[in-house]
Amino acid sequence: MKNTVGRDIPQEYAEKYGVFEGQYAKKTSYQRASGKVTPVHPGESKLVGSIREAIEKCGLKDGMTISFHHHFREGDYVLNMVMDEIAKMGIKNLYLAPSSIANVHEPLIEHIKNGVVTGITSSGLRDKVGLAISQGIMKNPVIIRSHGGRARAIETGALHIDVAFLGVPSADEYGNANGSHGNAICGSLGYAKVDAEYADKVVLITDNLVPYPNTPISIPQNLVDYVVKVDAIGDPNGIAKGATRFTSNPKELLIAEIGSKVIVNSPYFKNGFSFQSGSGGSTLAVARFLAEEMRERGIKAGFILGGITSNMVEMLEEGLAEKIIDTQSFDRGAAESLARNENHYEISASFYANPGNKGAAVNNLDVVVLSALEVDTDFNVNVLTGSDGAIRGASGGHCDTAAGAKLSMILTPLVRGRIPTIVEKVNTVITPGEGIDVVVTEIGIAINPRRQDLIDALKDSGIPQFTIEELKEKAYKIAGTPDPIEYEDQVVALVEYRDGSIIDVVRKIKE
Amino acid sequence: MGKYEIKGQGIAGTLESSDIQIIIDQNPGAGIEISLKSDVEKQYGRQIRATIEKTLKKMGITDAKLIVVDKGALDCTIVARTIAAVHRAAGITEKYDWEEIDSWNV
Repeated sequence: MKNTVGRDIPQEYAEKYGVFEGQYAKKTSYQRASGKVTPVHPGESKLVGSIREAIEKCGLKDGMTISFHHHFREGDYVLNMVMDEIAKMGIKNLYLAPSSIANVHEPLIEHIKNGVVTGITSSGLRDKVGLAISQGIMKNPVIIRSHGGRARAIETGALHIDVAFLGVPSADEYGNANGSHGNAICGSLGYAKVDAEYADKVVLITDNLVPYPNTPISIPQNLVDYVVKVDAIGDPNGIAKGATRFTSNPKELLIAEIGSKVIVNSPYFKNGFSFQSGSGGSTLAVARFLAEEMRERGIKAGFILGGITSNMVEMLEEGLAEKIIDTQSFDRGAAESLARNENHYEISASFYANPGNKGAAVNNLDVVVLSALEVDTDFNVNVLTGSDGAIRGASGGHCDTAAGAKLSMILTPLVRGRIPTIVEKVNTVITPGEGIDVVVTEIGIAINPRRQDLIDALKDSGIPQFTIEELKEKAYKIAGTPDPIEYEDQVVALVEYRDGSIIDVVRKIKE
Repeated sequence: MGKYEIKGQGIAGTLESSDIQIIIDQNPGAGIEISLKSDVEKQYGRQIRATIEKTLKKMGITDAKLIVVDKGALDCTIVARTIAAVHRAAGITEKYDWEEIDSWNV
């Protein structure tokens, strides 16, 4: 069955989940799900001696669903530590529902092969795990969810978590936790907050046990069943890996500069505007160019949303932005700012991006600056599958922010190596083209024809404008027209749009 | 016998990104054999082979064994590295026929 972005969704999945019909097609009321609660009486302790003891006390059994958060990114020790213990205990057939999976989680491949994990939902899958999944090592397809989509699935009960294992940089014995104090600090605990609220059992794992009451309180004691102290929950260097690299690549800087010009010439660049931009490469650099323009013209941002990096903190402290709203801190500078700055505020993933709740922060966003692996001539964006067809990226907040923001921009070079990034049809649709307004490359921009107002607004900006087809032709002229990637029939991943409908599927790659 | 005769092994190119390394050697009577490893095999493997074969044909080479490692090179790079590898394999290190080489440009 074809959905509205032209993707063929196999009947069994189309019937089970529904197919994508447009970014605002669904406005369904629902009864909020809730976790089971076992009261804790005076005198009872939540502190347990080991991860194994916590697993036993939670009553973890074959077939249950467990979750983790990915705030420690490439520095995470918690997921591997807990999964190893679970495997040793002989528990099988688990459904794994972390907010995302990183390269560091490669041991999962063995747990899948051994039947410990038989189902996965995640924002993304990185190199080795992604490749293994794309080679078809798991019978059940992975469900790819955006950050907002995951929060929605948890709140509606579509994803019920039996036990959440949440690594926290600081906690007291009674379960009050935050991410901005301790050894391996990760700043915001935005993803973990959702799990803590809705899971039946909540286990906090920390390497920094502090006297009661631990404040500030990001995860409160009334949601926590057990607390475990371990030697280390993560590698502080891995947490910020690659995120705040300020590019010196002239092509990336040029793209960032053009991106900044688009914002400045848009109707949204005025006092009190809001923006979000990704980490790394051009998207990070755009904030620097924008900051210069803001200084020059005396314009202040009302808030910055994210995905927060140190350079955004600098903007806050310089007075270029009034507030930061933070669901995930990308580096130590951002994590430390959360502890220091009253106007740097921590929010949950649901507050951030859940399309099903009573209004997410992305709805208040003026401008978002995003990256892409590929964009096609319908402006559909792929951030999940690589040029070999294997899963290697993550959905993240891409489609959430694109749907919410008034101006959604994609920054990308025309080609990466030989691989064109502006293509006829993307391998996998994560964000539908109706949510993308401007594509920025090193040679100029393409504005979505749906946005005639922006075409008019940017007419005299001096930025070279092309149609998206022209950009594609230029990319193909440099690189040659790519042959289509060949897949087998087996579906290895279902891509949910943020509203829970299926926007695309990923199939097993042909070896 | 054409102008370019593969007399021994010739090598051109590096393993840097966006480059291609071509090692060419004799393959008497056995045609063109290309063993290709490429970062972009799935989308461009067919075209990389075709570009090398086309260039060899223009140079009058009918028998050669090639070991090719591609790091996402564009067609112009692939053509240049092929031409250079053939020259080296043919022992031609001076008096290049620039006019003819230029005529192969696309």
